[in-house]
Amino acid sequence: MRARNWTRLGRMKGSGTDVNPRDSLISSPKHVEPLVLFVLCAHFIVAIFAPILFSKWGRSAFYILAAVPGISFVWLVAQYSNVFSDTLPSPALDISWVPVMGLDLSFKMDQLSWMMSLLVLGVGALVLAYCARYFKTNDAGLGGFGSQLLAFAGVMFGLVTADNLILLFVFWELTTVLSYLLIGYARTRIAARRAALQALIVTTFGGLAMLVGLIMVGESAGTYSISEVLAKAPELMSAVGSPKMVLDIGIALLLVGAVTKSALLPFHFWLPGAMAAPTPVSAYLHAAAMVKAGIYLIARLAPGFSQTEYWQVIIVVLGLGTMILGGWRALRQYDLKLILAYGTVSQLGFIALVVGLGGQESALAGMAMVLAHGLFKAALFLVVGIIDHQSGTRDIRELSGVFKSAPKLGMVALIGAASMAGVPPLAGFVAKEGIFQAFIASAMHGPAGPGVGWTVLVGMVLGSILTFAYSARFMWGGFATKPKGMATVFKPVGWTFLAAPAFLSLLTLAYGIFPQIVEGWIKPYSEQFPAYDPHGMHLLLWHGFTPALGLSAIVIAAGITLFMLRRKMEAFQAMTPSPMDFERIYRQVIVLLDTVAIWVTGRTQRGSLFFYLAVILSTAIASVLAVLFLTEQDWNHDVYFVDPTSPFQIVAGAVIVIGAVAAANASKRFMAVLMVSVTGYGIALIFALQGAPDLALTQMLVETIILVAFVLAMRSLPARLMERKQAGSHRLARMILGVAFGAVMVVVAIIAMGARIHDPVSLAMPLMAYEGGGGLNVVNVTLVDIRAWDTFGEISVLAIAATGVASLIFVRGRGQRLPRAMTVESGSIGKLKTVPGFGPTIEIAKKFTASPSNPWLVAGRTLAPERRSIIIEVVTRLVFHSIIVVSIYLLLAGHNGTGGGFAGGLVAGLALTIRYLAGGRFELAEATRISAGTLLGVGLALAALTGVGPLFFGGEIFQSAIIAFDAPIFGHVKFVTSTLFDIGVYLVVVGLVVDVLRSLGSEIDQHEEGGMAGIEMIEDDEPLEVAR
Amino acid sequence: MSVNLTLLLVMGVLYAVGIYLLLERSLTRVLLGLMLLANATNLLLLTTGGYAGLAPIFNKDIPSTEYNDPLPQAFILTSIVISFAVTAFMLSLIYRSWLLSHADQIQVDREDIRVAKQDLYDDEEDSEIAVEVSDFHENTHPVAKRETIPGIGYKKIAQVPIAGPVIQVDPESPVPHDDHDQPNKTDKPGKE
Repeated sequence: MRARNWTRLGRMKGSGTDVNPRDSLISSPKHVEPLVLFVLCAHFIVAIFAPILFSKWGRSAFYILAAVPGISFVWLVAQYSNVFSDTLPSPALDISWVPVMGLDLSFKMDQLSWMMSLLVLGVGALVLAYCARYFKTNDAGLGGFGSQLLAFAGVMFGLVTADNLILLFVFWELTTVLSYLLIGYARTRIAARRAALQALIVTTFGGLAMLVGLIMVGESAGTYSISEVLAKAPELMSAVGSPKMVLDIGIALLLVGAVTKSALLPFHFWLPGAMAAPTPVSAYLHAAAMVKAGIYLIARLAPGFSQTEYWQVIIVVLGLGTMILGGWRALRQYDLKLILAYGTVSQLGFIALVVGLGGQESALAGMAMVLAHGLFKAALFLVVGIIDHQSGTRDIRELSGVFKSAPKLGMVALIGAASMAGVPPLAGFVAKEGIFQAFIASAMHGPAGPGVGWTVLVGMVLGSILTFAYSARFMWGGFATKPKGMATVFKPVGWTFLAAPAFLSLLTLAYGIFPQIVEGWIKPYSEQFPAYDPHGMHLLLWHGFTPALGLSAIVIAAGITLFMLRRKMEAFQAMTPSPMDFERIYRQVIVLLDTVAIWVTGRTQRGSLFFYLAVILSTAIASVLAVLFLTEQDWNHDVYFVDPTSPFQIVAGAVIVIGAVAAANASKRFMAVLMVSVTGYGIALIFALQGAPDLALTQMLVETIILVAFVLAMRSLPARLMERKQAGSHRLARMILGVAFGAVMVVVAIIAMGARIHDPVSLAMPLMAYEGGGGLNVVNVTLVDIRAWDTFGEISVLAIAATGVASLIFVRGRGQRLPRAMTVESGSIGKLKTVPGFGPTIEIAKKFTASPSNPWLVAGRTLAPERRSIIIEVVTRLVFHSIIVVSIYLLLAGHNGTGGGFAGGLVAGLALTIRYLAGGRFELAEATRISAGTLLGVGLALAALTGVGPLFFGGEIFQSAIIAFDAPIFGHVKFVTSTLFDIGVYLVVVGLVVDVLRSLGSEIDQHEEGGMAGIEMIEDDEPLEVAR
Repeated sequence: MSVNLTLLLVMGVLYAVGIYLLLERSLTRVLLGLMLLANATNLLLLTTGGYAGLAPIFNKDIPSTEYNDPLPQAFILTSIVISFAVTAFMLSLIYRSWLLSHADQIQVDREDIRVAKQDLYDDEEDSEIAVEVSDFHENTHPVAKRETIPGIGYKKIAQVPIAGPVIQVDPESPVPHDDHDQPNKTDKPGKE
């Protein structure tokens, strides 16, 4: 049985029968059709520019948008001969994307894809055109809406033509996202937002399950190409044990995705909810296109996998259940759109059941139903949209006499509803007849046996009766003239508005009269399945007096009765509560999720930094301890206390320990800071003793500048640190955590270092530095050459931190232009109100200040006399320039000796610090005429250029070149380009120090002098309310 | 490789004191703790270089093993300068915090507590909304309530202040200096 099916598939691929599918694909003449991708891209590109079209032409832009799927539809029709060719394989396109992950942009237009594309593009074009009359031209967000709807058409086209499982998933999820946006179009209304979110959560849940399934199936088959997976299906199905189980579960998970997307039980509730979307969206997404994605997936997989373990159970139970439940619920709705929505749920269950059964007849009838349903359901939704648009309501208790007001609309609706109900001679009737015939054959000859077969058939007849009844309810509710004498005000319907549903209804009629054409489209697909009906089956309007016709007659008769009894039905439905309310279960799950989320957040996010840090640190300690106890560790390390080459270390270490402990105990702010500095200087000493002069120098400079910065920043804070002995200080816990963490770090260090058995990689670095980097100082060459990327990142951080400092203090701007000294009156800065104890001294000082020339410092005169120190000013004058020269020396010498950009920059920064301390903020302004921002920018730019430069000479990024030349006076000069990088580092460091001085120094000076008056206090914002 | 226990013990003390200070409420002490942690980490890096050696200034007559390892040195140099930048940044943070609240201390995050204490009821999810039977809202006159599902969702508790007095909830927090807070803020009804 199976072999026969695969012969057919083989022939479609244009190759022999029982060969490896991959071989057959390779050996067959490939029919490449790049226009598939072109159609896809056209949708997306026009979608991107749609908002511009709308701003120009208003709602008429929908016509331009409709042209995209419209023209694509024409192309699709023209592809007919290629798709249905007996000699050529299906048109396909294969672009390698991420081959190692089996992810390719592969598309294939086989007969099934072609039929689905007909629906997607055709209905898409009609709905877009319809939108041009449905919306008002000044509706908010119309551009975005049109763009999303068009993109949706493109995505849907991609979904039904994708020939790669992962690509299929990408499109699948894109439809979910776009449907979320489209349902939530009326974003100011809570109903729309809620429905959009619900649809998103439910279908994403299914999508995730599906992704897992896709991977399981793809990995089982060893390929992610859909056609290859299907070609391998017989082989995969014959597996036993766990590989078969993986396949079974994988396919079942794929079905979960299909079930959520196509709104089958128990996930059906999102579809009626999604009726909050604008009606054209419902017509397209929730009738013709998106909900058919699940059906498409079932139809795509059925030829290969309908005999997997869980397939039949899922399809039969959920399909039948959904069909009956949907029909039942539809009978008690008052909103026309909800009648259609529950009707759609019912029909989707029906179609899933038929398509998924896995017989030739049911595949034929099922696909016939897919097309018929797409036509009539889209038309009916569009009709409802027109009713709503013209009368302002969809409530059947308010509508009356619409048929009289709009007979053409009524006829269009009647054709659709009759097709839905299964009345001849329409598409719905033809398809339903086929379905009945297929299931009679399947019940009599099918593999599932008569028990299941007859049950399903009875269920289907029941469902069809309900379908007839709600179709009648729809027509009666929407169009009938109701007795109470109320008549709805109904504006006349323009023909442009009516065109789209009318066209669809015409097609419904044409399909019913010429079903052979449709049969011709489906045949190649359905012939992949085994046939059960010995007489064969065809889609026909008139089969003669067959059992199927009898069933149709029963359905119509019972349906009419049910409709007549509608009052009693409503009363009966109101009395019987539904046994399982899945929306309620969904909401309970969401409430549970909320509760858990708030509970967990409340337990973990307690707003206490101590708590967070304690948890993090305890975890760090505990996990290390656990590893130590659970694994065997080698404790026999070569441990020594005294480094023979550097015994003095112990003294430095003792100083550090004393400094650290004193810092922890200090109760005065500056004492604590000073004690931390002691540890810093102690470490500088250790660096020096260890053989790291660069580190020692840098550490010394940094410690000094930090000390100054601390004093500057903290001068307005109280001298005493906060009292410790208050509630919430957790002193004991802090001690325990601290000691434990310190101990763990020591142990980890001992073990990690003891475990080292290889020589360090850095043994090669001295020679590399000399030969490759052209420098003798290995550390410096490492920074500016070997690990230049690292350093580049570092100076970027410096620039960011400097900007952060400036913006925290200046708040607005970074103080690019500080006032110059010439604007200030002498002796005006920092005047004390009372100067106790100076008496005559101050008079002398004032005379000194009054001197018009600037003997020592440029801006020294601006300071109040009592603030000045002649000694400091003189010393500053003497040493400033020397220090700058030293800094430049360090910068340039650093490549070969101790120094470098960092040390040089810090020294220059120190020089500026001295200027500021001696002469105040105007002295600093005079000394740093280039702003900190400029220094940082130029430094970064220089470093970046040094990095990029070599590219222009055919080198690599940050490659350095050595230029040697002889110059007068200097003699032989060896210039290495990485020196330029170091200059960049130098400038950034100077910029950082200047920013610190200007912010923590000058600007705080000003705050102090102005008594904080000049500072804008930022209002403490109230906690943000959640946006509603 | 051999391990220098003296340096490691000094490192351990620095880590211990650093953590002890880091967990304080005083921002200044937290910053000092961070600086000690940075120093401790620099020491850790230094010990990976092994015994003290010659300064790594290349001389072709000296074998590589005689130098103190230059790679950790490069790391430490980076670390020192970055720590400086971070310290400067923290200093300005402390200063700004002082300007704004006159408190040199880490305060309890009120927003976190508000989140933890929030009501399960959420307008967006749980409010009852009228059935809409038209896309054209200027004509809408709702005729029926949405089918309500009894027992699901949380009924709104009318006009009970939610955000107000939560500040006193955390016993470990000293009352922060917030002159701007309005403790009697009531829950605003949704605008829908």
